[in-house]
Amino acid sequence: MSKIILTTPMSGLIVSSLHTGDEVLLSGIIYTARDAAHKRFMALIDKGENLPVDLSGQVLYYCGPTPAKPGRPVGSAGPTTSSRMDAYTPGLLEATGLRAMIGKGGRNDAVIDAMIKYGCAYFAATGGAGALIAKSIRSSAVVCFQDLGPEAVHRFEVENMPLIVAIDSKGNNLYQDGPAKCKQ
Amino acid sequence: MRTIPYIQIVEAVKKLCIEAASKLPDDVIAALKKALEAEESPRGKEILRQCIENAKLAACENDPICQDTGVAVYFVEMGSGVAVSGGTIIDAINDGTRNGYREGYLRNSMVADPLFERKNTGDNTPAIVHVDVVAGETLAITLLPKGAGSENMSVLAMLKPADGAESVADFVADAVIKSGGRPCPPVIVGVGIGGTADTAMLLAKKALLRPIGKSHRDERYMRLEQKILEKINTSGVGPQGLGGTVTALAVHIEEYPCHLASLPVAVNINCHAARRAIIQL
Repeated sequence: MSKIILTTPMSGLIVSSLHTGDEVLLSGIIYTARDAAHKRFMALIDKGENLPVDLSGQVLYYCGPTPAKPGRPVGSAGPTTSSRMDAYTPGLLEATGLRAMIGKGGRNDAVIDAMIKYGCAYFAATGGAGALIAKSIRSSAVVCFQDLGPEAVHRFEVENMPLIVAIDSKGNNLYQDGPAKCKQ
Repeated sequence: MRTIPYIQIVEAVKKLCIEAASKLPDDVIAALKKALEAEESPRGKEILRQCIENAKLAACENDPICQDTGVAVYFVEMGSGVAVSGGTIIDAINDGTRNGYREGYLRNSMVADPLFERKNTGDNTPAIVHVDVVAGETLAITLLPKGAGSENMSVLAMLKPADGAESVADFVADAVIKSGGRPCPPVIVGVGIGGTADTAMLLAKKALLRPIGKSHRDERYMRLEQKILEKINTSGVGPQGLGGTVTALAVHIEEYPCHLASLPVAVNINCHAARRAIIQL
């Protein structure tokens, strides 16, 4: 199957053209955030303040990398379990116009409903393949929440990051359809 | 009595941390290759190829296989004829962990208070250390770096003795299937049966130390392991939960005597990046 070449930031139109099962190579700027960073994002949003990074049209990667060795842009950098972000995601999509998320494992119904409503896609990266994924990361810098250590928000410049569309903006869900097709 | 200097243990544990993070055991790599052959879904096959390539790359470049370099869980077998000079075994293991995670550029994933501040301790300590006293004069330290994706899927059931093997199989298979893609399948399933609630979970974790391909010594438990594995692998969950015919690489059961009114069953899952390393002093 041919792979879809995508670059960030992404328009709603591009996102709406993606279907579950599509294989994607993503290039451009993406931002990392895990639960601790999401909690801070939501606290700022609740207070009516701006986020330290503009997420409109952007892609969030649920990732806390290992420290970079000298001379290397980043350490191992695979995805973490996305369901820990589920509590924050609908509010974040509503407030920011985020276009895509990258992680591993399924999402709950509230997240999928919000993805349909706000036009957002969810990509799966291969969990446990952090050394391989790091090869597609060209540079890394901490943007905010440095005190969170590995959970700080990083700005990654990626080139041909291999992803699968796991949940599309119509609500099609590969975590249901994939296993249903393979059940014996 | 044989005496082992504190600093020797610190140094050995440091090396163990770095080795475990980057070198996947041979039996796990062999199981992943077997899974690649057995997997029927093209997407599942592609994911397994990535897992194998990742393991090779990490070993070759001495890089962490996964960014979640885990809670450092140790199983220590300490000979009754061994003494540590200059400090305690627990302190030595924590010092070694601290040094290993720093020098190996591994991620510090421990927070000091689990509920309120959740502030990173900054050196991946404290480690979780289980010590068994055994006969002899050797000290064996096994490290199981445990990522949260799989650990968070742990479950315990206090079944009734009347429930029997069928219920055990259903409970374990359901737990793995419900976990979907979250524990990074294909997984290794550790099952602890018997003891008390606490020992059942410890047995489940110890079961993860058994090399893949080594069956249970008791044929009845071996058959139960196979039955549970089949239930899991016909579920369709597949690699990363995106559909496929290989959801688990192995099911390992460890059992222990228990109260006549109890049947504790614990499940502790390991991801495909099933790291473990052992050192003998």
